Amino acid sequence: MRNPLSKTVMSIQPSGIRKFFDIVTEMKDAISLGVGEPDFETPWHIREEGIYTLEKGKTIYTSNAGLKELKIEICNYLKRRFNLEYDYNKEVVVTVGGSEAIDLALRAMIDPGDEVLIPQPCYVSYEPCTILAGGKPVIIELKGENEFKLTKEQLANAITDKTKILILPYPNNPTGAIMEYEDLKAIVDIIIENDLFVISDEIYSELTYGRRHVSIASLPGMKERTIVINGFSKSYAMTGWRLGYAAGPANIIEQMIKIHQFAIMCAPTTSQYAGIEALKNGDPDLEMMCDAYDMRRKFLVHALRNMGLECFEPYGAFYVFPSIKSLGMTSDEFATKLLMEEKVAVVPGTAFGNCGEGYLRISYAYSIDNLKVALERIQRFVENLRK
Amino acid sequence: MRERILKAIDKNSKISAKDLAIMLGSTEEEITAIIKEMEDEKIICGYPTLINWDKVQSERVTALIEVKVTPQRGLGFDKIAERIYKFDEVQSVYLMSGGFDLTVILEGRTMREVASFVSEKLAPMEAILSTATHFVLKKYKEHGLPLVQTKSDERMLISP
Repeated sequence: MRNPLSKTVMSIQPSGIRKFFDIVTEMKDAISLGVGEPDFETPWHIREEGIYTLEKGKTIYTSNAGLKELKIEICNYLKRRFNLEYDYNKEVVVTVGGSEAIDLALRAMIDPGDEVLIPQPCYVSYEPCTILAGGKPVIIELKGENEFKLTKEQLANAITDKTKILILPYPNNPTGAIMEYEDLKAIVDIIIENDLFVISDEIYSELTYGRRHVSIASLPGMKERTIVINGFSKSYAMTGWRLGYAAGPANIIEQMIKIHQFAIMCAPTTSQYAGIEALKNGDPDLEMMCDAYDMRRKFLVHALRNMGLECFEPYGAFYVFPSIKSLGMTSDEFATKLLMEEKVAVVPGTAFGNCGEGYLRISYAYSIDNLKVALERIQRFVENLRK
Repeated sequence: MRERILKAIDKNSKISAKDLAIMLGSTEEEITAIIKEMEDEKIICGYPTLINWDKVQSERVTALIEVKVTPQRGLGFDKIAERIYKFDEVQSVYLMSGGFDLTVILEGRTMREVASFVSEKLAPMEAILSTATHFVLKKYKEHGLPLVQTKSDERMLISP
């Protein structure tokens, strides 16, 4: 029999997080600080809207790009929160989570050999999706001393004449870093000079603390070369609904819709109706959840620093990314040992790229009580290591 | 800061001033001082515990009583409300808009105890025109917190 498998697929490494996941699930009664999804349930009024539309029998396909009313609400939302203006008719596509939107954008824009700049540590899907689309991922290794922001110099050094796309994953998973207006302004000129396109993954845009998220698409000259990716998973605690979207120039969105149409048809109808309710009446939920995360964030950062772990102030998402370099272990060793000895699961920074070595991703999508118990155990573990 | 503290302790009064200070980006001294102020000003009026008595003993009933009263000249409803809320059995008293004037929430050990309170103490008061007593059969949620079993965390332990 011939080898049934594609060489491209076989060349992709399984996610580093997967390996660790298998160890963790073996451990009974482990406390986890390893999740990448909210601990809140979807606000009831949003769930109730989903149920209501099911009762009314709204169980049919929607148009490929998504319900008109949802696209209008998405445009209103982007205008209201981030001062971005899009035409609902031509510049928005509703997708199965932000992850599909990332895949669509890459597939719509990449020709074989095109280089895609991926700043790491970052979410695990950009690199494999680039390879699957025939592109060549070029990793930019972000640095702790820059608080994991993308600097002008790093960007300039990574560009070749083959570079076409820059992925901009902020607020960032796993580091919690954000790019503020000044940080974005510093890289915009290089992007425009080199005629690059940006895929800006803003899925955590509602989770920033003490400062508002700025979309790179709102900077002069950037809207026409940026695909904004966003969705409902993190902001409205709707991970299981699988609902996201992309907004950008009509010619790119048109081709993204073409792929989406053949691969997916349309995003789940129930989720789309729930999404309308979320955008129309969900602003108070955003505030409530953001306040709760902020309290936990401060609590966690304080506790980690008290243990003597170096930890920059993460202003976004729901992760803290402390350094364990002072303890003389690799991230993988630390995480495995912590799990075995104290039954606390955190994710090694290396699951998000090689430059995550020496760091851990600790999630605060947990109640304070839960965090407290886990932190006591981590503290004991760190003290024992130092002995 | 006051409002932020109140929001933080609204559903959990057990958070220590030390933890609050960390979570709100303040100092323990400042938090303690502000809480003291709010206690003095009766913004914070107490720190009761939310108990599901159904799980402890069955001899405890809650009644909600709709009361119509004649307001007194110069004193309005406050005087009569005070006369009612001073009874230990009375848990809450609210002035209402609509078809009746006061809601009185009462706790007693038995239905008879509640009934005798209504007929002997409440109804005979001069200003009271009528009462309608409703017994609570089951409590589902109080103070924004569900009294029923909450679900456990079903999320995968690790996810990207």
